[in-house]
Amino acid sequence: MRRWRAAGWGAVGILVLAAAWELYKLLGPAQGLVVGAEGSELLLLPRTHDRAMPHLWEMGARLLAPTSGGDTPPLIVTVAGAAVTTLGTAAVGWLLGVLVGGLLAMLMQRSRLAELGLLPWIVVSQTVPLIAFAPVVNSIGTQLERGGGVWPQWFSVAVIASYLAFFPVAIGLLQGLRSPDAIHRDLMRSYAAGYWQTLIRLRLPAAVPHLLPALRLAAANAVLGAVVAEVSIGLRGGIGRMLIQLAGQASSDPAAPWGPTFGAIALGLVAAGSVALMALGLRNYRRGEETA
Amino acid sequence: MEHGRADAVHAVEASGVGKVFAGRSGEVVALTDVDLTVRAGEFVSLIGPSGCGKSTLLRLIADLDGASSGALTVFGKPAHQARLDQDYGIAFQQAGLLPWRTVAENIALPLELHRVGKEQRRARVAELAELVHLGDFVDRHPDQLSGGMQQRVAIARALAASPKLLLMDEPFGALDEMTREYLQSELTRIAAETGAAVVFVTHSIPEAVFLSDRVVVMSPRPGRITDIVEMPFAGERDEALRESPAYFERVTAVREALHGAPVERANER
Repeated sequence: MRRWRAAGWGAVGILVLAAAWELYKLLGPAQGLVVGAEGSELLLLPRTHDRAMPHLWEMGARLLAPTSGGDTPPLIVTVAGAAVTTLGTAAVGWLLGVLVGGLLAMLMQRSRLAELGLLPWIVVSQTVPLIAFAPVVNSIGTQLERGGGVWPQWFSVAVIASYLAFFPVAIGLLQGLRSPDAIHRDLMRSYAAGYWQTLIRLRLPAAVPHLLPALRLAAANAVLGAVVAEVSIGLRGGIGRMLIQLAGQASSDPAAPWGPTFGAIALGLVAAGSVALMALGLRNYRRGEETA
Repeated sequence: MEHGRADAVHAVEASGVGKVFAGRSGEVVALTDVDLTVRAGEFVSLIGPSGCGKSTLLRLIADLDGASSGALTVFGKPAHQARLDQDYGIAFQQAGLLPWRTVAENIALPLELHRVGKEQRRARVAELAELVHLGDFVDRHPDQLSGGMQQRVAIARALAASPKLLLMDEPFGALDEMTREYLQSELTRIAAETGAAVVFVTHSIPEAVFLSDRVVVMSPRPGRITDIVEMPFAGERDEALRESPAYFERVTAVREALHGAPVERANER
């Protein structure tokens, strides 16, 4: 019952958004609302003509039409293919990020010195703009490849995605590993349990409620990072590159860029949904000790 | 008190034990010059106002903290070795169950950590669940149990490795009076059935008198033992005892030792 209600409200939200789009397109000025003198004008309301704001049904129809005319497959198929490619890259980046973030968190929990030395850098790392950072990773990859290593270009994208993904995991898991009460730590000590036993039987299970939101954030970040990195280093085949390409042709084919846009949204939903599925299997770890 | 022959089997032997905590504003003496012997199978309560060091003493015996001075042995070994050998089981004021584990899995935790085989573990858990009358609840999770039931699980867990010494830090302190009296009777039975010595920290005079062979009265600033009161109720701890004049007489004796009269002897010995 509650689940149906939630789904219902979700659908209502989408409908409201669609209605707002069409209503503004109907009522808004075709050339937008511009104030100020020639040369320094300010666009206060966006344009509503068909090249700027295609109808929703045009976007829908465009998804079913051939990607680039002639016999090419429908746009939706191309978008789906690109989305799956990006999803794969993002998943590798997510895994890498979870691994690195997890190791960092365990290190910081184990040693106060490691925490003092690492935590500030971990926080600072997230202030480096991705656009500046992506070409560096790519050029390192190219040099490794030239030196005889194996470093496909998509792996650069995955590494960049992991750079965004590791952060919430490192912070969330650290907090989670610290969450057991003093009484539980005393108990493990009374059992003469060592570090690893305490980690596996107490700290990691206790960290799950902190870890799950972190994993979901990491998934969203990995998708975002993968899309941006694709654009930034110009990797073909993914949804990021496709978005830029079709946006470039928007003046002649205004509905087309909306295809990969919807694809990117679906991508984020699938990524977050996968983590939610995982959470389902871990729900015993989200119980409290208090009598319900 | 017996000496000589039975020395090695004493559950706890403390002589001149002290504990000093390094605080922000200098050192805090939590415990000083404690001499105490707990015989095998004996039930000893530690009672006293907050800050008298009764919990600290328990933590020293459990080797959760180290003593600053004096000698402390558990079954003739240093407390540290006794902890490594799992010579005691411990229970706290909060049950401290792991919320993600079922009752059975919680009881099995110490056995798991010491690599007891699966079959053996299962049998022992079933036995313990029966001992604390929770046989029908082994598949429940802690959030599905009442506070009293959680505390019974904690006691079963403390007994899992069949220790000959049970350390309890106000285990019934957070429970209502009815549950409390019920669990006191249960503990009396369990202690008798297992033959384990018990060191029991409590705030409650009636509780200490009902359960104990001896009540150790402690006093704060600095924490120390001021008196030890013997209880003559071995084998007659039932509901009738709670109404008997002899019981009230002992309650009064402990109360006087706690509040009353100038401090008598520093220790029994």
